[in-house]
Amino acid sequence: MPALRRLTPLLWLGPAIALIGVVVLWPVVVMVQSSFQNIGGDGFVVGYDGTDDFRTLFDEPDFISVLERTVLWVVIVVAVTVLISLALAQLFNQTFPGRTVTRWALIIPWAASVMMTALIFRWALDPNVGVINVILHHLGVVKHLGSSQAYWLGNPTSALAWMMAVAVFVSLPFTTYAILSGLQGIPGDVYEAAAIDGATSWKGYLAVTLPLLRPAILVATLINVINVFNSFPIIWEMTRGGPGYETATSTIFMVELKQGNVGESAAMSVINFLLVIVIVVVYLGTTRWKEQVDR
Amino acid sequence: MSAATLPAPRPRRHLRTWIVAGAAYVVALIFLLPYLEMIVMAGRPNDELGDPTIFPKHFTFSNFTTLWSGTGLGGSIGESLQIAAGATAIVLLVALPAGYYTARHRFRGRSGFLLLVLATQMFQPAAMLVGVQREFSDFGIASTLALIIVNAGFNLAFAVWILNAFFSSIPVELEEAAMVDGLGRVGALLRITLPLAAPGIVTALIFTFISAWNEFLVALTLSLGEPTSQQPLTVAINQYIGEYSVDWGHLFAAGLVATVPVIILFAFIERRVVGGLTAGAVK
Repeated sequence: MPALRRLTPLLWLGPAIALIGVVVLWPVVVMVQSSFQNIGGDGFVVGYDGTDDFRTLFDEPDFISVLERTVLWVVIVVAVTVLISLALAQLFNQTFPGRTVTRWALIIPWAASVMMTALIFRWALDPNVGVINVILHHLGVVKHLGSSQAYWLGNPTSALAWMMAVAVFVSLPFTTYAILSGLQGIPGDVYEAAAIDGATSWKGYLAVTLPLLRPAILVATLINVINVFNSFPIIWEMTRGGPGYETATSTIFMVELKQGNVGESAAMSVINFLLVIVIVVVYLGTTRWKEQVDR
Repeated sequence: MSAATLPAPRPRRHLRTWIVAGAAYVVALIFLLPYLEMIVMAGRPNDELGDPTIFPKHFTFSNFTTLWSGTGLGGSIGESLQIAAGATAIVLLVALPAGYYTARHRFRGRSGFLLLVLATQMFQPAAMLVGVQREFSDFGIASTLALIIVNAGFNLAFAVWILNAFFSSIPVELEEAAMVDGLGRVGALLRITLPLAAPGIVTALIFTFISAWNEFLVALTLSLGEPTSQQPLTVAINQYIGEYSVDWGHLFAAGLVATVPVIILFAFIERRVVGGLTAGAVK
């Protein structure tokens, strides 16, 4: 029976499609619907209110600065992560005694929950007794413990810089491993040929290795962009987006808004979601996923 | 570059190896330091919490022994175990048939399905938190079950991709030969294909377990207002953060309990996990 045979894929893929429906597709529908509803902080739906939620959101005095900060956050964290990872991958691609053990150390920030890592840094930056401040005090960088200079997380600029550093720190393991696996896919004779042509190691890296690493770098970059854009625990645990909303990204802003106005928070989610879709389209476009699927 | 064609290692080359090794050890230490600090803090006695010293004068285990009384941390560990194990079980049940079928068959809608899976990998719970929260409260689903389903859904893509890759690498002929030998289709699957795909299955299981165990934002949202002992560990740990002071000793003792097991688990899948995350995109 051909009609039945055409349904066999559904038997195998049905559960997966159902799960995606429940966890991804339906929430999107509810979210978009909520962004056109008047919903209080307690979740009670008063009714539809047209585009009021979006207008309230756009009128928030912090809205534009939050979006600008989000772009800055993503661009700086991902760029620094990829640059450091290129160097780290080169280092860990060498053979040396104890390589396996050092690679285990490298994965720890990836395996541990980001929330815990953020809390460690919040403690280490404590103005009175935090270990980073104590060390900086010994080095003479921090003049007085407990001073406003030692209160890194109280000042929006220094708080953002430290939180970006933590975001880079937790993104490095995956990125380094992705570039490492790209490096291992480059055949050794490519280097030999370059060496015969008289390329020095730095020139050879720029002319031979880097272009061959392009696919790995692209994929790692785009996965990082998604992760860093949606990153929540670091800012939440270290500053809660404060003072005010001065260190909040759009994800933090969305969560904060949810406590007072669920509809407005949904509107922020819809904006976030549209941004993610743009990124996904770019991702699928640049990575030629279709060639992989049709292989 | 094969070792046989090179002249015997010269002293200069030897020195270079040790410089590389030294740099790698320093990097490894930097990655370890924050987590070593967690151990130092968990062992710091309470009366030394206000001392601006790198190491405490005494070490104590009291933060670990007093961790279990009164705060319901045992309950939270149980809750996190339930969520992580439940999500892992669902991912396995759902991703195994999908990964196998898409590896073995070409059919209409295959590209569409794989694109859908790839797209879910790109969306994260943070992007649709309001929708997730309202959906489960509308249907009156308890937070434990809701967190199991959400964590399963957002780790499905990784599992489907890595299983698809493993099944694709197993020759169909092996299965066919086993069927000719009288094992039957199901027998061939169970006795030949699944054992060969075991590394991929284990990687998918451990990865799902760890990300569900570590998940914070949805857990925070859905378990809000529940007693601490019924909140997942990542949420419950925040009970040590008060409005005016933080109980750092207990916080890091609990943090170690939450972190050390998953680091050990992760070490097992370290080599294969990148493949699963980038399989959908790398050519």
